[in-house]
This record gives sequence, C-alpha cells and structure tokens, in this order.
Amino acid sequence: MSADALVYLRRHAGFFVFAVLIMTIPAYLHDSYYLSILAFMGTRFMMALGVSLLLGLAGQISLGQAAFVGIGAYGAAILTTRLGFNPWLAMGLAALLSAVIAGLVGVPTLKLRGYYLAMATLGVNEIIYILLVQLKSLTNGTDGISGIPSLSIGSLDLGGPKAYHLIAWGVALLMAAIALNLSRSRVGRSLRALRSSEPAAESLGVDTSFRKVQVFMVAAAFASIAGSFDAYYVHYISPDGYTITFSIILVTGVIIGGLGTVWGAFWGTAAVVVLPEILKRVNGDITNLIFGILLIAIMVLWQGRTRSLGRLVRTFLVNRRGRQGTTDGAGEPEA
Amino acid sequence: MNFEQFLQYIFSGITNGSIYALTALGFTLVFNATQIINFSQGQMVMLGGMTAIAFHGAGVPLWACFLGAVIVVVVISMGLEHVAVRPLLSKGVLAQIIATVGASFVFETAAMIIWGRQALALPAFSGERPIGVAGATVVPQTLWVVGLTVVIVVALQIFYRRSLFGKAVRACAVNPSAARLQGISYRKVVLFSFALSGAISAAAGVMITPISFMSYSSGALLGLKGFAAATLGGLGNPVGAVAGGFVLGIVEALGVGVVSAGYKDAIAFVILLLVLFIRPVGLLGARVVTRQ
Amino acid sequence: MPLLDIANVSKSFGGLDALKDVNFAVHQGQIKALIGPNGAGKTTVFNLISGSYRPSAGRVVFGGVDLTRKAPHAICRLGVGRTFQHSLVFDGMTVLENVTVGRHCRSKAGVLSAALSLPLHRREEREAFKVAGESLRRVGLEGKADEFAGNLPMGERHLLEIARALATEPKMLLLDEPAAGLNEEETERLAETVRRIRSEGITVLLVEHHMGFVMEISDEVVVLDYGRKIAEGPPLMIMDNDEVVKAYLGEALE
Repeated sequence: MSADALVYLRRHAGFFVFAVLIMTIPAYLHDSYYLSILAFMGTRFMMALGVSLLLGLAGQISLGQAAFVGIGAYGAAILTTRLGFNPWLAMGLAALLSAVIAGLVGVPTLKLRGYYLAMATLGVNEIIYILLVQLKSLTNGTDGISGIPSLSIGSLDLGGPKAYHLIAWGVALLMAAIALNLSRSRVGRSLRALRSSEPAAESLGVDTSFRKVQVFMVAAAFASIAGSFDAYYVHYISPDGYTITFSIILVTGVIIGGLGTVWGAFWGTAAVVVLPEILKRVNGDITNLIFGILLIAIMVLWQGRTRSLGRLVRTFLVNRRGRQGTTDGAGEPEA
Repeated sequence: MNFEQFLQYIFSGITNGSIYALTALGFTLVFNATQIINFSQGQMVMLGGMTAIAFHGAGVPLWACFLGAVIVVVVISMGLEHVAVRPLLSKGVLAQIIATVGASFVFETAAMIIWGRQALALPAFSGERPIGVAGATVVPQTLWVVGLTVVIVVALQIFYRRSLFGKAVRACAVNPSAARLQGISYRKVVLFSFALSGAISAAAGVMITPISFMSYSSGALLGLKGFAAATLGGLGNPVGAVAGGFVLGIVEALGVGVVSAGYKDAIAFVILLLVLFIRPVGLLGARVVTRQ
Repeated sequence: MPLLDIANVSKSFGGLDALKDVNFAVHQGQIKALIGPNGAGKTTVFNLISGSYRPSAGRVVFGGVDLTRKAPHAICRLGVGRTFQHSLVFDGMTVLENVTVGRHCRSKAGVLSAALSLPLHRREEREAFKVAGESLRRVGLEGKADEFAGNLPMGERHLLEIARALATEPKMLLLDEPAAGLNEEETERLAETVRRIRSEGITVLLVEHHMGFVMEISDEVVVLDYGRKIAEGPPLMIMDNDEVVKAYLGEALE
C-alpha cells in the first residue's frame, strides 16, 4: 500500500505541486483585481479542459462551447433566482442539460467529417444566443439577470474573492485530475487511437461514434459548470458573454497552449486571460486580430501535428541556429 | 396570413435566398477543388459589402464600387489561399478548420478596426421606389439581386461546362490525383477556385447591403446560412447549393411570418441540424459525406 | 460447420460490381490465402467480413453468427481481428500503447470509472498492459515496446498490427498483405509468426501478392479475378490452373 502510494505520488508529483501552488495563492495575494483575474482563469481553465479533451484527444472541434457556458450560467441564474433552487443543484441540472444537448447534436454530426460538428456547434451557439435574447420572460432578454446568489456550503458563504478562489480552483483541479485520468486510461487511448485512424480503432473494438459523443458531452458539462461558477461569482449575466467569438477564443487558448495536455490547457488559458488584460491598455480591439493570426500561424507551422506555441517557437529557434539535435519527438508528451 | 402577405414573404425569401445561394456556391467552389470548408466564407461576403461602402464613401460611382469590391475580395481570397490553405491542403480537416476559423477572426476584427461597430448601408442600385406586384410590393434592388444571381449562376454553369479550365476544375473535383496525371495544374485550380469563390461572395455582399445593411459582424451568420444552404442542397453539388439557398430563404421568410422575426436567424440552423439528422447527403446530394 | 462462411456475396459501388456472387469457406485452424490481380476485390472481401462495408447481396457468417448487419467494433468482439494493407498504426502512441487498444473490446471500464480511476478500471489497466506485453512477445516486438509506433520500419509496423489484433483474442485473423515491403529475412520471420499463431488455434485468412509466401504457408488458396472466384484449392493445384495462369498473365501484360 505505502509503496503503491509512493509510486502514485511520484507519478503525479507535478500535478500535486501545481495544485498546492494554486491553492495557497490567497494566503499571500490580497489584491482583488488580481484575485478576480485568477478566479476567471479558474473557470476558463475548466472550459479549456473540456475543449482540450475533445480537440486534443479525440481530434474533434467544437466552435460552440460558449453555448454550453451560457446554459450553465443561465440555468444556474434562472433556477436559483426564479425557483429558489440550491445553487449546487442548479449547477448540476444545467450541466446535465448541456450534456444532453451535446449528445443530441453529436449523434448525427460525429459520424460525419470533422467540419460538420464544427458547423453544427456554431449553429447551436447561434441558436442558444438567439434564445437567450428572445425568451424575455425567462432570460430578461438583453437586460440580463441580476441578483444571482453566491455559492455556499451550509452556512459558509463562498462569495468573497478568496473563498471563491479556493472553491473554483478546487473544482478546476478536480476536473484537471479527471482529464489526466481519462487521457491515461482505456478511454483516452481509444480516443487517441480513433484520432489517428478510425478504421483501425474500430477493428480493435472501439465504437468511435459513441466515444466521440461521450467526450463531447463531457466537454459540454465542463463548460456548463464553469458558466455556473461565473454566474455565482459575478451575480449578473447577459447574453453577450456567450457568443461564437467567445467559443473561438476558448479554442484559441487550447491551441496556443498545446493540444491534448492538461498543462497545455492551463498555459493556453493563462495566455487568453492575461493577453487581453495587457492589450486593453493599448488597444483592446486588436486582441482578436492577434488570436486569429496566431491560429493561422500555429496551424501552418504545426502541419497537422500537435504542438504548443512555445514548442514551435523553440523548434524554430533551434532550427534557425542550425543545431543538429532538434527538440522534435515523434509524438507529443502526454500531460 | 393572406395571399398578399404570403407573396410579400416569398419575395423577401427569394431575395435573401439569392444571397444564401451565392454564399453556398462560394463554399461549393472551394470544397470541390480542395475538400476544404472555408470557415471564413461568410466574412468574404461581409468584406464585399463593407469595401463597396468604403468606395462609395470616397465618391466612387456605384458600378465601380461593385467592381472594386469584387477585385479587393478576390485578392484577399487568393491571399487566404496562399497563406493559410495551400500549406495545409493535405494536412487533415482539423488544421484546415482551425486555420480558416483564424482567418474569419482576422477579417472580422480587421473590419471592426477599419469601419467601426455600426451597421452601414449602400444606396440601392436604381432608386427606392417600390413596384406593386399582385398586391405585394418589391423594391427595385430585389430585382437586381435576383437578376444578377441568375446571371452569375448561368454564367458559372456555362463556364464550367464549356471552357477548358472549367473542365479541369471539374476533373479535379472528381478525382484530383487522376486530374494531376492529365497535366492539370492542381495548384492553379485551387487558386482559381478561391478567386472565383471570393468574387461571387463579394458580389453577394455588395448586392444585399442596400437592403439589409452590413457590419463587421454580419459575416458569421451569412457564412452559417450559406453552409446550411449548401448542406441542404447536398455539399459539393452546385445546383443543390443554389436550390438550397432559395429553399432556405423562402422557408426562413415564411417562418418569420408564422413564428416571429426574432427567431429568423435560428431557422437556418434548425434546418441544418435536421438535414444532418435525417439526410446528411442533402436533398440533391450524391456525394459521399461519411467519415474519411 | 466452417468457422467463416462467405455465401453468395456481391458488392457493388455505384453500379460497379466489385464482387459478384463469391462463395468460399474457411475452416477452424486453417491458413487460407486470398489471391488475385490488383482490383480483383480481395480487400473488399476483408472489409465485408470486418464490417466496414455491407454486402449488396449474400451473407457473411462467422461462427454461426450473421455478420451482415454488424458494426466493425461488434465484429471485433465476436473474434475477428484484422490488419490493414496500408499500415494503420497509431503514430502518436507507443508500441505498447498501440497494443493495449486491442484490449478495448475485452474490457468494460467506462468514462466514469476511468475518470475516477476506480478499482475496475485499475484492474483492467493492469491486465491490458500485461496482455499487450505478451502479444508483443508473440510477434517478437517486445524490444520495441516503448518506441513511438510512427518510428517503426514497415516490416515492424505489420508485426505491430498483428500484435494489436492478437490482443483482441481473435478466433480468426485477417491479414491484408502482411508481406508487402518486407525483405526476405523479414518475410521468413513473418511466415514463422503466422504458423505459430495458427498453432495457437487461431484461424488465418490472408491477402497476399508474394506468391512464394502464399504457397509456403497456406493450406488452401482462393483466387479472385474481376470480383469473381475463379479457383479454389490447395496451393499446388492452384498453380496448375489454366484460368489462374491466364488471369496473372493478363496482369503481367498490362
């Protein structure tokens, strides 16, 4: 047992160090601006983990994750403010709804070529956005919903920035652990296999359509939970937070960070949260321009392989200097 | 809904349907040459409209605005092909999707930086005075839109059937490797398809702007609807794309009459999802759309 | 009763007949070869057995079960393993990981169990890696377990695909041109491996162009030409068959 535990600890050492570092931040950081940026990073990280599982492991792309974030946020807001539901229960129900919708969209589209899921998810994002604006009696239209309660455990209120940091990052780390477990499991290997060759994966007993739908549903649930967290923290939501543009930014983050790894999702999230904050001081409008250029540049340099931006730049610099031993490996390191 | 109202909806449906048909054709041209779906197709339409508005603001006559916008977008489309598509031609669907999505972001944000956030309009090609037809009315611009769409579709059909280059393009669509063996330059076909696709999209953008305004963010929706139309007609089938565009436009217009204008934009996607559910090859499709 | 029965099977693609009324059977413990000129429909037969295609007419029966309407992953579970003509190893995974995917059809742990690393999942993982290691040993690839599959030379890719299929515990193995691109020594090693697999009780059906290899290891040969079966019998009889000679001469002259 103790030997097993030791092996386990060593194997996951990086993750535990990371978790401890993140969870102790409120002990020495007291600035509410930076704390709130970190809090947003936590929920964005949850969304990115879903995208990363779908895109990095299964090789499928959703351009409508913001719709699920929106369902999570509005589900939480409506159920708590209108029907007096417990916030945690509301969060769970919204996540369930998101997963069901993902399943309904995924079943027909994931049998087809990659661009059908991409287009269908764009469509779903647009439909959800329209519903959020139009179903005024339920969503308050463009005015949005305010007065959303904070999360609490028993009588312990988790609305303050530090408490919120702990709970949001606690859940994000739990999701990261789930993503790590999944990617190292039978399920993760079947996903990587089908990304590489669907006929081969099927010949070995992998029901590829079913697996892709499953991971899409997980990604939707992650996004939805993140959306609920945001709603409970900010106490106000409006449809503008859930556009296609936001969906694309989520994908951008995961691609900048590097596909298929939990750390990639983290660094990518950090990039897409911090970069706009910096650019805001110059000209906020150019943020998306830079994201667009990065997407093209990474794809062209990437050439169908999965590399993070950092790794690409490193390889590029090394090749430039004409060194022999490149950083090129055959595959991507996992997590 | 009485007959006059019904007719009014049909007219409006045919007008928007023309634009969807042209956008769908833009998708189809590129798809047939490369098997790529260009996720910035809708932004090409938007750029057409916005560029024409910019030219008009500089005092250029309308016909020259039209021409100028088409030329500008053709150049942009060829640039896109050169920068983001050619290096990824055989690199898998995922990379192609992401790169063209990146392009859509670039076009959209650039348009916002250049022209701002507000929706802009272009004057109608020949006056605003409505014409009465069987109790309903149409503005002259509608006739322009429908007329020019028909001209473009017919010209394209003749070009593809008659000219040597058109035949080469069709050969590439059927079997790229065999076409290459026949000495057809695949690269030229791809580049040309992007140019033509850009031209058609730009024309659509210029034509619709006097009726429904244009802003930096209009492209996403137009692209989605164009894709829905192409899928409805059968992806890869040009006749299907045009038919799909008109069907979508009319269904959408009637939907507005029955449901509510607020849900207009959702109709196209409900149709898209239904088609994918029930008949992924589309109404007229024969092409194989299953997994690779 | 034969293990595999191909009964009056036809397959057409958009009006073109790829297979026309093909009949043959494979019996338990046999090594049977499917030969014929390019485009004769050999790989089509494989795709029909493994469920990638559905026959336009006729039935494919395996161990008494009709495969005609079954999906590939279900057919794998019934005990049909296969390899591919153009090697389809999972490039980004290690050789050992590649083979563990073969255990997919013999394990159950779902998303929840894997996500939370529950005992069922951990037990299956241990078993999967153990069986995968054994499968690699059966084809002689144990030394390459931790290499990336994408870095293997062609000969070893074929062996890896065989190991992967063996991990599914097949009753029958379909090998699509396993000797393609191999040198003489590698071909010999492959022949040994295939014989060993048969001696373990696994039936083998293979498509192959390498005649020496086919004649050396097969018990029976089926010859296809333009989608029709033109001959069937032991290797020596096939080599004397006029129609077979004509079909192959025709190919040589083209």
